[in-house]
Amino acid sequence: MEKLEILEGRKKQVFEKNKETETFDIKCETTSLSGSVSQRACVFCGSRVVLYPVADALHVVHGPIGCAAYTWDIRGAVSSGPELHRLSFSTDLKEMDVIYGGEKKLYKSLLELIDQYEPKAAFIYSTCIIGLIGDDIDAVCKKVSEEKGIPVLPVHSEGFKGTKKDGYKAACDALMKIVGTGSTEGIGKYSINILGEFNLAGEAWIIKDYYEQMGIEVVSTMTGDGRVDDIRRSHGASLNIVQCSGSMVRLAKTMEEKYGIPYLRVSYFGIEDMSKALYDVASHFSDNPEILQAAKKVVSREVGELYPQLLEFRKALDGKKAAIYVGGAFKAFSLIKALDSLGMDVVLAGSQTGNKDDYEGLKGMCDEGTIIVDDSNPVELSKFILEKEVDLLIGGVKERPIAYKLGVSFCDHNHERKIPLAGFIGMYNFAKEVYESVMSPVWQFAPRKGGLS
Amino acid sequence: MLLRHTNKEILEREALTINPAKTCQPIGAMYAALGIHGCLPHSHGSQGCCSYHRSTLTRHYKEPVMAATSSFTEGASVFGGQANLVTAIDNIFTVYEPDLIAVHSTCLSETIGDDLQQIVTKAKDDGKIPEGKHVIYAPTPSFVGSHVTGYANMVAAMAEQFAENTGKPIDQINIVAGWMEPPDMREIKRLAKELGVTIQLFPDTSDVLDAPQTGKHVFYPKGGIRVPDLKSTGDSKSSIALGCFSGEPGAVALDKKCKVPFKTEDIPVGLRATDRFLMRLSKAAGVKIPESITDERGRLVDLMTDMEQYFHGKKVALFGDPDDLVPLTEFLLDLNMKPVHIISGTPGKRFEQRIRAILADTHADANVKNGPQADIFLLHQWIKNEPVDLLIGNTYGKYIARDEDIPFVRYGFPILDRIGHSYFPNIGYMGAIRLAEKILGVLMDRQDRDAPEESFELVM
Repeated sequence: MEKLEILEGRKKQVFEKNKETETFDIKCETTSLSGSVSQRACVFCGSRVVLYPVADALHVVHGPIGCAAYTWDIRGAVSSGPELHRLSFSTDLKEMDVIYGGEKKLYKSLLELIDQYEPKAAFIYSTCIIGLIGDDIDAVCKKVSEEKGIPVLPVHSEGFKGTKKDGYKAACDALMKIVGTGSTEGIGKYSINILGEFNLAGEAWIIKDYYEQMGIEVVSTMTGDGRVDDIRRSHGASLNIVQCSGSMVRLAKTMEEKYGIPYLRVSYFGIEDMSKALYDVASHFSDNPEILQAAKKVVSREVGELYPQLLEFRKALDGKKAAIYVGGAFKAFSLIKALDSLGMDVVLAGSQTGNKDDYEGLKGMCDEGTIIVDDSNPVELSKFILEKEVDLLIGGVKERPIAYKLGVSFCDHNHERKIPLAGFIGMYNFAKEVYESVMSPVWQFAPRKGGLS
Repeated sequence: MLLRHTNKEILEREALTINPAKTCQPIGAMYAALGIHGCLPHSHGSQGCCSYHRSTLTRHYKEPVMAATSSFTEGASVFGGQANLVTAIDNIFTVYEPDLIAVHSTCLSETIGDDLQQIVTKAKDDGKIPEGKHVIYAPTPSFVGSHVTGYANMVAAMAEQFAENTGKPIDQINIVAGWMEPPDMREIKRLAKELGVTIQLFPDTSDVLDAPQTGKHVFYPKGGIRVPDLKSTGDSKSSIALGCFSGEPGAVALDKKCKVPFKTEDIPVGLRATDRFLMRLSKAAGVKIPESITDERGRLVDLMTDMEQYFHGKKVALFGDPDDLVPLTEFLLDLNMKPVHIISGTPGKRFEQRIRAILADTHADANVKNGPQADIFLLHQWIKNEPVDLLIGNTYGKYIARDEDIPFVRYGFPILDRIGHSYFPNIGYMGAIRLAEKILGVLMDRQDRDAPEESFELVM
């Protein structure tokens, strides 16, 4: 494809920062244009990825087989105990179920499963088709819950009812039904919940460890390495720490309204943001100066170790250009800072689900000439990568082969990362991965940038 | 012990699938559509479906997989998806410039009753389909069949909507490809060339999903059958369908529309299925099998004799798609192995009939199941009750292989955790050589690993 154009209907979702641009009115938070090759997923996907790491709960996908098959253990969220979340349970709806309804099938499935696995709770995801045929999954869940004595929670995640973000909401609403159902006895004053950290490659363990070193009690990690009983008593914590732009903010807000628990938004990526995530918590608990002292200790020890190593990577990476296209915009902020600490310039920053404030923020952080884009597609990504002579693309599963075909190095900052990229150790891993990919000898054999080199 | 939740006691399940050995129709349709040159597959449903299919195909092939979506919203789900699809067709031809769009439905668009034929006709009447461009469509509701059914439906749609009988026969044979990997498609073309037979292979995903690195992200890689060639299939002498589940419906459609007679053969996995395919092709074209191919067969037989001492009596559990499993089971028997548990999630009576017939003389007591509740959970339960020496299946088999400590050969779709499988053929004599080598390799690695020091040997 020689000619690379942006879809007419998408022009307002793409923005290039330069001095002449006075108004910045990026269009976002809409569904993709019909006919576009969108990189986005659906409401169900949003719910499934958020709740997936609750490891001692049953996750039953009510619908035809595909929805369960495609989300079977793709998240990479690890558990320190039960592994029930890694199995794939589906009601596997057939034609007759679509005609006559699938409630009975769901009911039977749940009884069979709960007897067999004795889970702490069950999440029942409704897919596109359930929304259409009108199965009353709330009623089924209520009935099973009464019969079996565990929370059986409907997750209203019909795929067509919005974007992935609406799936986050549905997931938060389901979690909120468990929050507050356990005893808060024994929870101390200096206690937090970690929200929106999914324990990909064990990241939640790293973060939890930092806080614990500061003398902070972590009541629940929602939902990385999640446990139902922890979530039940999470309303006993004094503070919620929310990572990620959208997935868990709703839960934090609801908990604030209902239980008066304030929340802080943080990011665990890069030295700057990771340190801030610890200091912010310390300053929240300013009545206890020991916490701040401990935080300083953690940061200075970790940064002291990390910094010289980063300088080594920086020598090689200085001045290289990076493009970022990730799920949540909040992650993009951290990545820009992290890349900056490696001497790299960000020339494209985009996300699948950012809102206006996010993009305003991105615009503020980026240099002149940077492209800011919402809900991009492969044609655009290729176009920008070629035009901006990018050396590195950071994205998810569908972006990797596109980068490689263009002869450009790649770093997965989504589900497919197999090493932790969060925390100080994560920054080292990130720098190392970026360095190894950018400097790989393979690029000398791979034609690059449209085959021009 | 990831699958610690699997218990030995097998209960009759009525309503539940655990760890499916299949997925849904649209992904098969998307894969098949990529086998036409210049085709952009289009998913008529929510964004999620399209995204999941692209992700899964990307993970398996490690290639960019392009497909568009109708991006259903709540409105579309209430008022029908016609407007979305017509807009989509218009947008796609304007921006992505494909030669054709292959639309497949989803459970959502099927349930609200969208009629793809009517919508495509409307798009045509409204002038949304430019001159010389095409839109084909296939119904692929996710609540019927499996990914294999979806593949077959899209292949049948290609025949129905493209093949033309001009009354001037062409000296060529159609090969309607069942679900095979790109290198398998390439191998079919190589074998036909060796035989000196002109074929039209469709779909053909070689050079689409195994495209070379060029420094360009090409939306439409050079592979795939071209539209004029696809049209010409209606004038071919005859067709050979590979695989009664995934290939045959395409040949039936072609016969119905253009009166091209067909025969169905198994996908040529292993020795005998390759024999039958080559005999069928040589007979259909009236050519002799060349010495070069006879030599390949001889090398396979030579390898099988060299390996003979290691295989006999080894118990195998296997799962996957029916058109793969039938010839694979036959090949395992020819290697003197013992298939004891066989699972396919895809429904269809012909599967069990074929497998039972193949096993009748020697292993009539094997566990065989397909369709509802034939899932990987059941396979695991069977293995717990009767352990095996080898497991063959897609990536999801790795959980069982690890928990039960069984040598494992990855075979089928999807393979998400290895790279390179999409470059080597599984079919033909060369594919059989590779398969036998892989099987013996894992068995011997296991033997080496488990051998006590005193019996660890240089020569095995």
